[in-house]
Amino acid sequence: MPGAIEVHGLVKQYGPVTAVAGIDFSVAPGTVFSFLGPNGAGKTTTTEILEGLRRATSGEVRVLGLDPWSQGAALHRKIGVIPQDFRFFDKITPKEAIEYYRTLFHTKVDPTALLAQVELADKANARYDTLSGGQKQKLGLALALTNEPEICFLDEPTTGLDPHARRAIWEVIRRLKREGRTVFLTTHYLEEAEILADRVAIINHGQIIASGTPHEIIRTHGRPARMRVDGSPAIAAYLRDKLGVSVEASDDHLEVGMTRKEDAIRVLEALQASGLPWESFATEQDTLEDVFVRLVGQMDDGAIKSEAKP
Amino acid sequence: MNPRHIGADFKVVARSYLRNSAALFFSLFFPIILILLFGAIFSSSGSTTVSVEVLNEDHNSAASQAFLNALVNTTLVSVQLVNTSTVPVSNFASWLGQNGYAVGLVIPLGFQANYTSHTPVNVTLFTNPENPSAGGTAAGAVQGVANEFNLRASNGTALIGLGPSETVGSQIYTYIDFLIPGLIGFTILTSPMFSMVDVTNSYRKDGIFRELSLTPITRAEWLTSRVIWYVLLSFATAGVMIATGVALYHAHVLLTLGLLPYLIVGPFLFVSLGMLAGSVAKTPESAAIIGNIITFPMMFLAGTFFPVSEFPAWLQPVAKVLPLYYVIDGMNQVMLFSNEGRALYDLLVVFVIAVVIFLAAIRFFRWRDE
Repeated sequence: MPGAIEVHGLVKQYGPVTAVAGIDFSVAPGTVFSFLGPNGAGKTTTTEILEGLRRATSGEVRVLGLDPWSQGAALHRKIGVIPQDFRFFDKITPKEAIEYYRTLFHTKVDPTALLAQVELADKANARYDTLSGGQKQKLGLALALTNEPEICFLDEPTTGLDPHARRAIWEVIRRLKREGRTVFLTTHYLEEAEILADRVAIINHGQIIASGTPHEIIRTHGRPARMRVDGSPAIAAYLRDKLGVSVEASDDHLEVGMTRKEDAIRVLEALQASGLPWESFATEQDTLEDVFVRLVGQMDDGAIKSEAKP
Repeated sequence: MNPRHIGADFKVVARSYLRNSAALFFSLFFPIILILLFGAIFSSSGSTTVSVEVLNEDHNSAASQAFLNALVNTTLVSVQLVNTSTVPVSNFASWLGQNGYAVGLVIPLGFQANYTSHTPVNVTLFTNPENPSAGGTAAGAVQGVANEFNLRASNGTALIGLGPSETVGSQIYTYIDFLIPGLIGFTILTSPMFSMVDVTNSYRKDGIFRELSLTPITRAEWLTSRVIWYVLLSFATAGVMIATGVALYHAHVLLTLGLLPYLIVGPFLFVSLGMLAGSVAKTPESAAIIGNIITFPMMFLAGTFFPVSEFPAWLQPVAKVLPLYYVIDGMNQVMLFSNEGRALYDLLVVFVIAVVIFLAAIRFFRWRDE
């Protein structure tokens, strides 16, 4: 099955500056794809090229089988975009804004129903300049959905929003996926990507340094799972002695490597048998955020160049 | 061009405008204020009489009385007699100045005796250089009356007389009549120019053009809906200004349908020009500067407040390269002189410039960057 988005060898240069240095990825239809990276990594440039707002320097880009730059008009009827820092006409209400887009796109959506979907129905008749940041962002989302798009591009849709508003937008993204639409999501919140995305790509300095499902990325690039015990170094010595495991100890806690889930039972039994005092026991695993911070940090230190290409 | 797109965008423009009190003030109330202000300044000149302080040293002789009566009968001046015992003739000049009078007249002692004995005698006129028009009017009136008295003394007959005055054109004009087309032109220029320069630049900065570029609306449709809005706005402002001028200053203008093409082509031109200026500029600051450089010469030199024919000769060609000159001159031709030939020529000039600027604006104006 051809991807909803296909990118091969994409390069974008602004004069002497290379913003995107030859990236490849594809997004399967009906999935949520999250594009992650620190500020200035090339996220927004890539997104804008996919939306047909910028022209690629070289490489091949196909969105729904179309070239975004030269076939933008045809593409824009099939995609919905909510840009970073969405802004609209100050004196226009959300209901009027959707009616405006509805006429431009020749669709028949019901403004009230659409605003209810993004939890903005109570502000349907409030002027844009009286809306809060979260409400403005929700209007952007509603407008992006006015043409019932096959692909939604959401560029940092929850930045600066309160937790409640963020969850409302997450719910919309989940529903879009249930409806079979493709979602291209860039975000600063790794937790958001981990919760919502089917697949993730991490970009830094214009190159993709990791990609896959969140689970795959954590497994490939994260540290192994481990157990954490709050207790004295004496316990560390006891566990090493008794179980022959590697233990990293600091003043008030210790970490024990964990390869199988049975390891936890053995460690707990040994703790019980030792008679030494300990406070708490927990198993720990890297999150996508831990992996992200480490990968970006290593790359900035020059430790890795990019993910090996076939 | 899709009329439905233009209609939908027009609704957004109209709502944005009608909900913005500052924009409404500048487009509807500011023109009224302009008419009131300039009408008040200029409509008075020429219609009132010049007040003349008269020091009659000839002790109210019959001849001096007759002279003053004749002066009043010209209707150009009114006469106030000054008490000769409190103001001596040697102090008259400084007394006039101290009391802020513009014109004074001294009739010397022996005026009647000299007149009846056919001996030349001079009356003396005092004028204030700060108010040359009052001085000129009084001098003309005094000279006219003196000529009449001289003629009568020599038993001559006046051969050439001056009939009732007629004014240039088809009707009787006052300054306000010329002012109305000028000020309509002024608002046709300023209202779209300032707003379009600002809108073009701030919409780009705020990403609103980016938003629109992702919809099926085209740049030509977007610009057209704004042209339509400003055309309707110019109908409203022209109506308001004409009504104010007629009601308050009894302006005489021909209300012909010939005015409408100018109220359509004018806004078409300046909406496009504003958008072109805003598109060429990279920052809001430079947009404002470019907008002002284009707008200010036209605000004053295109016949808005003063007729171009009164400009110094070297300045007149400058006025004639300004597009607004042709809008205002054309409106003058249809509203005052019924000169269809020249009006049509002006209209053609404006139309050609407007089409060129519209196409240039569409070309330079970009929704998206490379």
